[in-house]
Amino acid sequence: MAATMKDSSWGVRMGRLLGRAIGLPEKPYTLVRRHPAVVRLSHWLNAACLLVLFMSGLQIFNAHPALYWGRISNFDHPVLAMTAEDSPDGLKGYTYIGRHRFNTTGLLGASKNEGEQTARGFPAWITLPGSQWLAMGRLWHFAFAWLFALNGFFFAAWAVWRGHLKKDLLPTRQDLKALPQDIIAHVKLKFAHDGRYNVLQKLSYTLVIFGLGPLILLTGLTMSPTMDAAFPQLLWLFGGRQSARTIHFLCAFSFAGFFLIHMAMVVLSGTWNNIRSMVTGRYAISKDHP
Amino acid sequence: MSEPASRRKFLTRTAAGTALLSLAGCTKLSQKQWVSDLLGEVELLTRKAQRLFAGSHALAPEFHKSDIAAAFRANGTLLPDSTDYATHAANGFKDWRILVTGLVEHPLSLSMKALQALPSRTQITRHDCVEGWSCIGEWKGTPLATVLALAKPQEQARFVVFHCADNMAGADEPPSFYYESLDLLEATHPQTILAYALNERPLPIKNGAPLRLRAERQLGYKMAKYINKIELVSNLTHIAGGRGGYWEDQGYSWYAGI
Repeated sequence: MAATMKDSSWGVRMGRLLGRAIGLPEKPYTLVRRHPAVVRLSHWLNAACLLVLFMSGLQIFNAHPALYWGRISNFDHPVLAMTAEDSPDGLKGYTYIGRHRFNTTGLLGASKNEGEQTARGFPAWITLPGSQWLAMGRLWHFAFAWLFALNGFFFAAWAVWRGHLKKDLLPTRQDLKALPQDIIAHVKLKFAHDGRYNVLQKLSYTLVIFGLGPLILLTGLTMSPTMDAAFPQLLWLFGGRQSARTIHFLCAFSFAGFFLIHMAMVVLSGTWNNIRSMVTGRYAISKDHP
Repeated sequence: MSEPASRRKFLTRTAAGTALLSLAGCTKLSQKQWVSDLLGEVELLTRKAQRLFAGSHALAPEFHKSDIAAAFRANGTLLPDSTDYATHAANGFKDWRILVTGLVEHPLSLSMKALQALPSRTQITRHDCVEGWSCIGEWKGTPLATVLALAKPQEQARFVVFHCADNMAGADEPPSFYYESLDLLEATHPQTILAYALNERPLPIKNGAPLRLRAERQLGYKMAKYINKIELVSNLTHIAGGRGGYWEDQGYSWYAGI
């Protein structure tokens, strides 16, 4: 499994350059087992679920592109609203956040669908299906919500049962002490390649898996009238159905934010090495690392 | 189906399943009947799971007078477009009748007055539209279970179908009246009522006068307005598009608990 690169012939130098470009360690490296099969499988299943859930969720949102706080929709005072207004130069899209109005033509409120300017919350390229089709959006959303929930549940149960949570995810006291240094290291884009999660990784993964995941699931269920009959505590917990809908929306965009940072980190800390470790499980670490 | 044909079908479906990862693929897949059928299978899972938790008697939350929305939003048909309906409306719906037919021992033809003479239930509940918004209002009406008890459903009866007076089709199309259906479990739920009053006033026309359904554990499109006939059936396939409701025939889920 070990591969060494000590020779400095032209070919090897080029190989090293290429290796650096795609994120292989410069020093002689060893491939270690990093991600077990359960982690890899649930990771990719989750990635597919989140993609479908996000896009079909925006399709559902577009059926009534406004958010409220409380039990009911106070139509005159939305927290957030996207509207379209006619103007001499065509349909304009506006986004209201509270009382503040922003011209978001082309992106939010009004955007092109199949070549035609259409009144719609989010644009067609980010909704599933593209055109306004609530019934289909709901079918996609609920089917993948089941998959997302079951996958998340099995992963969490496995992580607790097999010690993944304690061993790899939960930050230790020592980790937390190293937090300031780790933040500085991240700012400097310096990443340790020892095959273990650093404290910021541990914190963000733990919060997303055991915080954001359950939260988006529960706020989603709070929007179901039958679940509200079965578990009225949900309404008490989130301050009403419309609040739950708003929190659900914020959770979705938190996931989107997590995804963007996650992508940036994957690229900055060695694209190929990271992707390989999530596909085959093998991760290259520097050979002289303890 | 022969072996190779089913294998080919399996392979094409697997390939199509892979395309699922491509977004354009997802939108394309949405056009395919088998995809919506497959995704729709999940509806059964959702219904079973929700019934497991909510059972037949868990009540939808009820609210206080102070929670009632200043204006109750109306959606869908706001005024049925027919001279017959206009005549009834002008007459204060005195001659409106509700037929209870189909698989029942005692078919009924009830006037609004007769219906209102039955014991009533009043509930302040939240109305959730499939679009995403919610409104709270106070409804008064006759429990559907009471009406069904009078009509005595036959043993084969499984669903209660609500036929409505609002024609959803365009002027030059064959008529297509709104309809909806519930199974007996949801139909006999204590909060499932035939409502004739909203916020202590006769039901306004835009909200379904003279009679609409309230099924408080379901989304708004299940709660048929302008009801003139209640039919008990053993299955839904022979009615209109066969999927149990006007919106269901357009692709919406029959089970609307979520």
